Amino acid sequence: MSGIHVSTKINGDAVEYVCDVEETLLDVLRDKLGMTGSKEGCASGDCGACSVTVDGRLTCSCLMLGAEAQGREIGTIEGVAKGTELHPVQQKILDNAALQCGVCTPGFVVAAKALLEKNPDPTETEIRYWLAGNLCRCTGYDKIIRAVMDAAAEMRGN
Amino acid sequence: MARNPDADNAPVKKEIESPTSKYDAEKAASFKVVGSRPARPDGMDKVTGKARFGADMVMPGQLVGLILRSPHPHAVIKSIDSSEAEALSGVKAVITRDDFTPNDDHADVLYNIMAREKALYEGHAVAAVAATSRAVARKALKLIKVDYDILPHVTDVDEAMSPDAPVLHDNIITRGVSPTPTKPSNVVARSEFGHGDIEAGFAQADEIIERSFKTAATHQGYIEPHACVANVGTDGMSELWCCTQGHFHVRQVCASLLGIDVSRLRVTASEIGGGFGGKTTVFIEPVALALSRKAGRPVKIAMTRDEVFKASGPTASSSMDVKIGVTKDGRITAGYGVFRYQGGAFAGAPADFGAMSAFACYALDNVKTEAYDVVTNRPKGAAYRAPGAPMSVYAVESVVDELAARIGMDPIDLRLKNAAKEGSKSSYGPKFGSCGLVETLEAAKAHPHYSAPLGPNQGRGVASGFWFNFGGETCSNLNINADGTVTIAVGTPDIGGSRASMCIMAAEELGISYDKVRAIVADTSALGYNDTTEGSRVTFSSGMAVIKASQQAVTEMCKRAAMMWDIPAEAVTWEDGYAKPSGPNAGDFEPLSLAEIAATAGKTGGPIAGHHEYNADGAGVSFGTHIVDTEVDPETGKVDIIRYTVVQDAGKAIHPDYVEGQFQGGAAQGIGWALNEEYIYGDDGKLQNAGFLDYRMPVASDLPMIDTVIVEVPNPGHPYGVRGVGETGIVPPLAAIANGVSAAAGVRMTELPMSPPRVLKAIDDAKVAAE
Amino acid sequence: MRYESPQTVEAASALLAGEEGLARVLAGGTDLLVQMRSGMVEPDLIVDVKNIPAMTSITEENGGYRIGAAVPSAEMNEHEGLCALWPGVMEGADLIGSTQVQGRATMVGNLCNCGPAADSVPGMVAANAIATIIGPNGRRDVPVIDIPVAPGKSTLAKGELVESVFLPARPKRAGDAYLRFIPRTEMDIAVVGVGVSLELDDDGICTDARVGLGAVAIKVLLVEDAAKALIGSKLDDASLKKMAAATSAACKPINDKRGTIEFRTKVAGVLATRAAKIALERANTRASNGGEK
Repeated sequence: MSGIHVSTKINGDAVEYVCDVEETLLDVLRDKLGMTGSKEGCASGDCGACSVTVDGRLTCSCLMLGAEAQGREIGTIEGVAKGTELHPVQQKILDNAALQCGVCTPGFVVAAKALLEKNPDPTETEIRYWLAGNLCRCTGYDKIIRAVMDAAAEMRGN
Repeated sequence: MARNPDADNAPVKKEIESPTSKYDAEKAASFKVVGSRPARPDGMDKVTGKARFGADMVMPGQLVGLILRSPHPHAVIKSIDSSEAEALSGVKAVITRDDFTPNDDHADVLYNIMAREKALYEGHAVAAVAATSRAVARKALKLIKVDYDILPHVTDVDEAMSPDAPVLHDNIITRGVSPTPTKPSNVVARSEFGHGDIEAGFAQADEIIERSFKTAATHQGYIEPHACVANVGTDGMSELWCCTQGHFHVRQVCASLLGIDVSRLRVTASEIGGGFGGKTTVFIEPVALALSRKAGRPVKIAMTRDEVFKASGPTASSSMDVKIGVTKDGRITAGYGVFRYQGGAFAGAPADFGAMSAFACYALDNVKTEAYDVVTNRPKGAAYRAPGAPMSVYAVESVVDELAARIGMDPIDLRLKNAAKEGSKSSYGPKFGSCGLVETLEAAKAHPHYSAPLGPNQGRGVASGFWFNFGGETCSNLNINADGTVTIAVGTPDIGGSRASMCIMAAEELGISYDKVRAIVADTSALGYNDTTEGSRVTFSSGMAVIKASQQAVTEMCKRAAMMWDIPAEAVTWEDGYAKPSGPNAGDFEPLSLAEIAATAGKTGGPIAGHHEYNADGAGVSFGTHIVDTEVDPETGKVDIIRYTVVQDAGKAIHPDYVEGQFQGGAAQGIGWALNEEYIYGDDGKLQNAGFLDYRMPVASDLPMIDTVIVEVPNPGHPYGVRGVGETGIVPPLAAIANGVSAAAGVRMTELPMSPPRVLKAIDDAKVAAE
Repeated sequence: MRYESPQTVEAASALLAGEEGLARVLAGGTDLLVQMRSGMVEPDLIVDVKNIPAMTSITEENGGYRIGAAVPSAEMNEHEGLCALWPGVMEGADLIGSTQVQGRATMVGNLCNCGPAADSVPGMVAANAIATIIGPNGRRDVPVIDIPVAPGKSTLAKGELVESVFLPARPKRAGDAYLRFIPRTEMDIAVVGVGVSLELDDDGICTDARVGLGAVAIKVLLVEDAAKALIGSKLDDASLKKMAAATSAACKPINDKRGTIEFRTKVAGVLATRAAKIALERANTRASNGGEK
């Protein structure tokens, strides 16, 4: 097998890497680039722990080849906070104690941020359906949903 | 209490509890930090993706380890030829059963992590490779030739108990039956609990209901698959990084399996992405160490989700019979239950815990339970949140619900009339100390949820549940730093925010603010032995050790202040973070803050620290009562959870957010267990749904908000009144939901999960029967 | 294993045709990557079609819409015109996996994977969607119903790939709907799925109907008897009951981890009825809006 050279942008930075065909974007992020904030929970698109955005659209990095990132713009959990300033979703997750083990948290942050960029005033039901692809086994989702509603309200300036 | 079922030394509850400590009511009346809701110390790293979990560690030069697993549920392993794999370029080590010497102390664990004579379940590890890349390792696995002699298999508990079932182990002779059997079988043991005379009790009853129930095996479903990195140095000094609930236990077992001194193995617990009991034992850790030893390089193994389902430790499936008698006015005269649990390929199904907790909510004169621990060709079970209790309580609480309807009594009133309370003899032996079942029942009855109107096709269910709780071996350190901050080291991995609780308790005791205190989970070389994070023991036991360590540090700081003032140490007291002269006679000195004393510690005798090590007792039992509204689609059998309320006794909620979180998480797992989650086996003995897609855990859109009510009946065995809260929350949901669905569907559901095909069939069968 | 990312459909077809080993088209990849990860397939060649303009766009054509084979479901469901014209087809596609999967998964991938439970296919079958196929012998148009044969098996020849799917224009009083049964609210594979498309005259009498049925046979079915039960009626209870019975009768399901024969057969009829009612309501709403939405 021969490596594929990929030029892409991750969190606004130009990044180049060489990957094997069968390596997923998640493999590349974690094993090649040391960006371990995206987690592998299932490698089948069922848990959302590896959520990233590709050209602004939410996706599972386990369901995309590293080679497909050529010329795209990738957003990962590592790019959500601006320096030490947390995104409102991150802050509200902390404030609401909306995590226990925290392994699903990066995926929820990336997914919830994508939701609020598309829909600044979602209903509880809309949040629950948007996040149905992000599994959490610790919290029963209650505090996560509240955190996203709080973040939405804050971002709307309420 | 929920120790790893494969530990041979599962603690026996003592007849009389001798708490290690006593509740301090005066202190509790003036808490300043306890009960507040600060952000957790590890929170920032977790919302930004910086926290390092099991698979996030990289060691220089590390290899990829993969495990070859049996495709057969039951087969003799005649031979393993790994020569071609070993010859493949990039392969640095291949190991099989031959790389482990027999181990009497952990025989079953060894057999489970690497199959010996036989493969006992689909997914049983047979060999492992370490290679320079995953691609090479995958290729190498395909080159290993295993010659199997396939045997008949059994996966169902009732079938496994039948006399003509295929027998897994020829050395299992049923314990606890008389006469002792002469032949091996799959029944490991029979146990019996209870008191009184159940026949006499049933004779007094006006109504008796007897039913049989079945529940499917479920998985803890933690989102983080097992992962570890092992490095065995050329001098034998070894390090292991892994996600575990108990790194001291991992060290103990791995050192034994590899035949090395405990002092030569340092285990660091990574952040852990959920455990719920499933990460209380070893699976891949000894394999990674053995590969590293052979390859001379670090080895990382991370399970795939498929491997997690097939080869970690799910919980038992069960088959149960329950019979309860009641008088017309609602007095339960007798309870009897038989609980048959299969726990996979080795001994240790949590049948005893099931039988012990089945009737724990009731103060009964006549009660008897029998437990059967059965082996089958499934992965060896591990603990899962209140191991054994949800199933048995489901059976008992279903019959209680039916009896309440039969005698026309409110189901909470029936429970209140028979509720276990302080001084009542538990169904498993000891007398209960102070406990909060009655309080949870009363709070549930008073909750607006209980009287809210129901819509069409909706039904309300109620159930109570119980867990023993556990203390155990614990060791914590506390260091006063020169800048007036405090560092705590505990040996119990933080699964649900316990570091925050530790900081709260230290801050409370030291009289300083929460943000001055940081807690870490120390590695195995830094602290004395700690039992695993399990049995709802951490906030109770590690918390108490932190309180005692804080008190020790306070004593020392008073001594230092006395030295600085040149007065006797007894003349100094500690108040709100300051050393003060104890009275006018002691002298007139400006109070010294913790920071001031810390800053000059070098001149007054060196570093100031506190530590505490003990075997905690007096954990204090925990009761809860749940209310749930369900809606059943009569045309499809689909069940929706409309509303859910958890009421549970926490003793004292140190950090209420995380107490609520435990309640909500337990309820959500219970909802999954009740409605859709199950291990589905084909006739071929293979697992058919080894992935999140078809295992069907609840997703965000499946659940409503989960309301919580924290009841606080202080535990007399803890200075702050803490009771463990982690496990009880999963005990009532199975029954509460079954009672709700049965009410909505108009037919009693006796098998879990209540998946749509099963519910629809029950509705249709009932219609046919009615016609 | 090779990875190619051609710029034209013809180049993609040539790559597929020229590969001696196993070649796979990569559109959304939400099936292919899972299959590769589990070791189910090990392609020698992967042809990524997401850089082909004709396959990544939605264009209006004769009052209907042509949807490129690599357009992800999320993009389709953001397209107002499509959602107004064929809401049932769109909701079928919208049910494939999570929000994350929606960002990648395509309707044509769903079709060509040939899973009997593919959520977007019964709706397309009910809509009589036409797939445009490009291959070594040029271009051909084929009704969607004719593409799947059995799980993982299609009528596409070597070197052929679907370039786009065409959803036709509709009369004023027309509507469609797709319903599936899953045990949870999201994230499951359909246990049964039913797509219903209706056309009615000004008196509310059904002039044309098509019923697509998924997850109850080795491929998605077109249930003509169910359609016949509706045509000529006003979708009164008697005709709906007849349609439900015809739908159930068409089922040839299996017992598996997702459902029983008995369950699937019964629920197929239940869902067909419910979907027909939604389609009817949509048709009437659309008519009262003068054929818009």
